[in-house]
Amino acid sequence: MPVVDATEALGRTVTNVTEAWGRSWIFLGKTLAGLISPPFRYRLFLDQLYQIGVKSTLVVALIGIFTGAVLAVQGVYTLSKFGASAFTGSAVALSLIRELGPVLTALMVIGRAGSAITAEIGIMKITEQLDALRSMAVDPMRYLMAPRLLAGIIAMPLLTGIFITIGIFGGFIVGVGLLGLSSGTFFSDMVAAVDNVDVYSGFIKSVAFGFIFGWVSCYKGYTCGFGAVGVNRATTESVVTASVAVLVLDYFLTSILTRVFM
Amino acid sequence: MICVRNVSKRFGKQVVLSGVSLNIEDGKTTTIVGPSGVGKSVLLKLIMGILAPDQGEIEIFGENITRADSEAERNRIRASLGVLFQSAALFDSLTVYENVAFALNQRFSLPRKEVHERVVSMLSALSLESFAFRYPQEISIGIRKRVGMARALITQPKVVLFDEPNTGLDPLVGQEVYDLIKECRKKWGFTGVVISHELPEVFQVSDRVAMILQGKIIEEGTPAEFAASANPAVQQFLNGRIDGPIKIQ
Repeated sequence: MPVVDATEALGRTVTNVTEAWGRSWIFLGKTLAGLISPPFRYRLFLDQLYQIGVKSTLVVALIGIFTGAVLAVQGVYTLSKFGASAFTGSAVALSLIRELGPVLTALMVIGRAGSAITAEIGIMKITEQLDALRSMAVDPMRYLMAPRLLAGIIAMPLLTGIFITIGIFGGFIVGVGLLGLSSGTFFSDMVAAVDNVDVYSGFIKSVAFGFIFGWVSCYKGYTCGFGAVGVNRATTESVVTASVAVLVLDYFLTSILTRVFM
Repeated sequence: MICVRNVSKRFGKQVVLSGVSLNIEDGKTTTIVGPSGVGKSVLLKLIMGILAPDQGEIEIFGENITRADSEAERNRIRASLGVLFQSAALFDSLTVYENVAFALNQRFSLPRKEVHERVVSMLSALSLESFAFRYPQEISIGIRKRVGMARALITQPKVVLFDEPNTGLDPLVGQEVYDLIKECRKKWGFTGVVISHELPEVFQVSDRVAMILQGKIIEEGTPAEFAASANPAVQQFLNGRIDGPIKIQ
């Protein structure tokens, strides 16, 4: 009976999705409990801050400088059609601070550090290292997940700040150095156009993206399937899920923050 | 003593254990044998409190780990257990020294000097001093097992659980692991629980042998009693015959 089979398949899919959703929230709850209750593992947190933050700095800076440069080229080209190329500095800064900085930084960190976290925890799971932790009365949530989640939340805004700063510098080099804009105009318009609310908006987004990054990367590793195929699948799912979640969340945050601050 | 009473466990529709009861006596080594996939490792994880049974109870020295209502309570009961995992399960990012010191550093608030003394003493007892600052990927599987043993024994557990200690090892390294178990039992006098499907080699470290099949204990006794069992499934497994009541899945 194709109708019965289809209904059964649909029911199974809905059940599986609901279960996975529920498990991911329980996982998050346990991780947060590990984060706020002693003992606090400062060294593990600092190590993860180094792994996620410091080691991502170069790639974030590289992407930042070219993103700023592209924005300057596009800004001069587009704004000159309206005789407003002097506003290129403002356009570069606002685009980076409000939108591109948080989003592109999150996507880069997810690709570089998120996949590594998922693979590391996944391999620890399939080689029984997580069971070994439990057998020694060490809670994996507290020991592995909580420091990574916190490091993601702290590192993401810092990396976003670096991305934006270097992006503006990239825009300055191209706009002023190559395309002949006045450096005074580039910066004075920028200062006038960028408000504190723009910075708050970018900051809130980057914290939220850091949270998503830590949650998804750890959860996918923790629920990794068996063998190399399991780790491969978990890593792919981690990057795709976190990237999609960041872009979807970005839309909702932009809508909400625009209403709140404007 | 570890008492496993009427324990059942299923995963989805698959029944893995169905009413398993077993007493593991103090100071002796009990080996649980059976074909691959019959639930031997599941039983070990139930004893460790990593999995919860659907039915039944497990007591470790009179404390019921299945009724423990918090992770902290389970951790307290687990303190009497040490585990040597199948692949040794050493932490890749830590050196041999750090792996052995791990449980001491994480579970007890001991002074650094005391941790160091205990780790050095354990490494020395198991002839591991020269590997202290190597990482697990830089040492052979035999040495990894030795380090796993040191890590399991460092907290002086009353019971050590061995999950398929010889799987995947060549006969020489395999015998080395059996010798290691014998040597450590002699030195530290713990109660042992060994999960294995290597017969009759595992008899050399066993005081009692129990066989699991189709979710139940089908035979239990000393190695001699086990070897003389009239149960056709035991004889089929012992002699490695294809024909018999055990169907290869």
